[in-house]
Amino acid sequence: MKKLVSIVALVAMLSACGSAVKLDNVPVEDKSGSSVGAGGASTAGSGSGVGNGGVASVDLGKSAQDMSLQSATRIVYFDYDSFAIRPEFVSVIENHARFIKGDRNRKVVIEGHTDERGGREYNLALGQKRAEAVRRALGVSESQVEAVSFGKEKPAVPGSTEAAMEKNRRAEIVYR
Amino acid sequence: MDRKFRSGHWDNSTTMLRYLLPIFLALVSLGAHAQFRVEVSGVGMTQVPIAVATFRGDDVAPQKIAAIVSADLERSGQFRNIDTGGVVLDENSRPEISTWRQRSADALVTGSVTRLADGRFDVRVRLWDVVRNQDMGGQSHAVAAHDLRLAAHRIADFVYEKMTGDKGIFSTRIAYITKGKGYTLWVADADGENPQSALTSPEPIISPSWSPNGQQLAYVSFESRKPVVYVHEVASGKRRLVANFKGSNSAPAWSPDSRTLAVTLSRDGGSQLYLMDSAGGEPRRLAQSPSIDTEPTFTADGKTIYFVSDRGGAPQIYRMPASGGNADRVTFSGTYNISPSLSPDGRWLAYVSRVNGAFKLHVMDLASGAANAITDTSADENPSFSPNSRLIIYATQQQGREALMTTTLDGKIKARLAGQGGDIREPDWGSVQR
Repeated sequence: MKKLVSIVALVAMLSACGSAVKLDNVPVEDKSGSSVGAGGASTAGSGSGVGNGGVASVDLGKSAQDMSLQSATRIVYFDYDSFAIRPEFVSVIENHARFIKGDRNRKVVIEGHTDERGGREYNLALGQKRAEAVRRALGVSESQVEAVSFGKEKPAVPGSTEAAMEKNRRAEIVYR
Repeated sequence: MDRKFRSGHWDNSTTMLRYLLPIFLALVSLGAHAQFRVEVSGVGMTQVPIAVATFRGDDVAPQKIAAIVSADLERSGQFRNIDTGGVVLDENSRPEISTWRQRSADALVTGSVTRLADGRFDVRVRLWDVVRNQDMGGQSHAVAAHDLRLAAHRIADFVYEKMTGDKGIFSTRIAYITKGKGYTLWVADADGENPQSALTSPEPIISPSWSPNGQQLAYVSFESRKPVVYVHEVASGKRRLVANFKGSNSAPAWSPDSRTLAVTLSRDGGSQLYLMDSAGGEPRRLAQSPSIDTEPTFTADGKTIYFVSDRGGAPQIYRMPASGGNADRVTFSGTYNISPSLSPDGRWLAYVSRVNGAFKLHVMDLASGAANAITDTSADENPSFSPNSRLIIYATQQQGREALMTTTLDGKIKARLAGQGGDIREPDWGSVQR
């Protein structure tokens, strides 16, 4: 019981942190007009077209505060090339499922990740499989959960060692 | 005409070269910022020996035109530079042809760069057929100082086209991503030089893809803590969020008319292929499978889409009609074949295949189905063809650092592109000459 209370407290805390970032609330700075280097080369002789080398620079600024707190209780690890939920994570997922079902207003995002081996887009699809495996295991209302993938773009641990890659094959349960 | 010309004479004169290979050709120095190494390996090459004389005015101009031209030509894999001993020859010089014959040059490039009264530079070139002692024509480009490199690339295109009969690709642009403190989407010259930042973001950016009209880049951005697809007008910096559906949105690929994007969406569960208007709107599902379907790419005629699927238990490349329908499997060798890229002429498929745990760039002759690994690196990613189908740009790792390389289709001539230090990846070759 005490354990469950502490999990609920932790999840509630994550939920509070998570509310800082909304999907539709990312600053997009539009610097249209600050065109660099119009490529106005003219050509005599063989008549190629006039250049259009301008590139306007867009800066999205600083990242919203990263809320991925290091907590083993919201990360599900996977074997290589697998999206099967390992037995030791079943209870973790059940605890989250109870918490999510406890309040219809709770929103959760499952973020799937892979290790660094292989292509970026294919890993994105593999990470999506992991995220969706956790979503299915949660068994909560579709309106409360979104499964997304970061592929190999956001390793938890840098490096190419097997130990690092084990930590990177994961799905994170993130409250928003 | 020009092509016949080449096959008649140019190839024979390089026969001797076959016995001298493999060799490393010189470190070609392009000035303070730019150095790249062209790596030559293998036998049976038929490169045209060409001499690019120092342009009159190169010593005082902000860019060394002759050095940029000779580096472009060498990187193409079609030419071998002959040492000129630093001789200066402009477009009005009547070269001593016998001297260049003795140096076994088949062609000679001469020219000048002159500062104009309005501050621009006039860059002129003349190409000589050394074998026939003929003037093959010239060009003049009046450009601002910041477009001197572009003028040099156009001159390289002119020489390339005159000599090979194929379109040059030196004045095209590439896009790529670097990862430093944050992530930056760059637009650069085809040699990796002159990079201009199109987008910086604290979150990852992947899969940039040039629209066929060369005006827009589609890409996947994680700026909202999930993958969504943007279309970005390069000249203005205006961005349009075109795919932001529930789940992941990724792998944008343009139809040849720039009107349609093929994308991978997980909004209906699993990673599946959809078509949508490149201006946004409601996606139409292209196929339905219980497996991963991703990395779509259109053929040049727009009728077929190649893609990656693990429907057979492991990722393989398939193709299907762009209107939907049955898919045929294209790759049969190995258990991990991803990232298909089609040559614009429709003859070749480049892709990455895992071989003994190493990820290697492969090229398949689509007519015969025969495929070869063309690198000796082990973390190759994301190939993209040059618009003339003669080169492939790809990302790899060298000495533990990310690098962008170009290679000829036979893998025999590779060049590491100049560019930012640090992590550099996700190249895409734009199709439009500037």
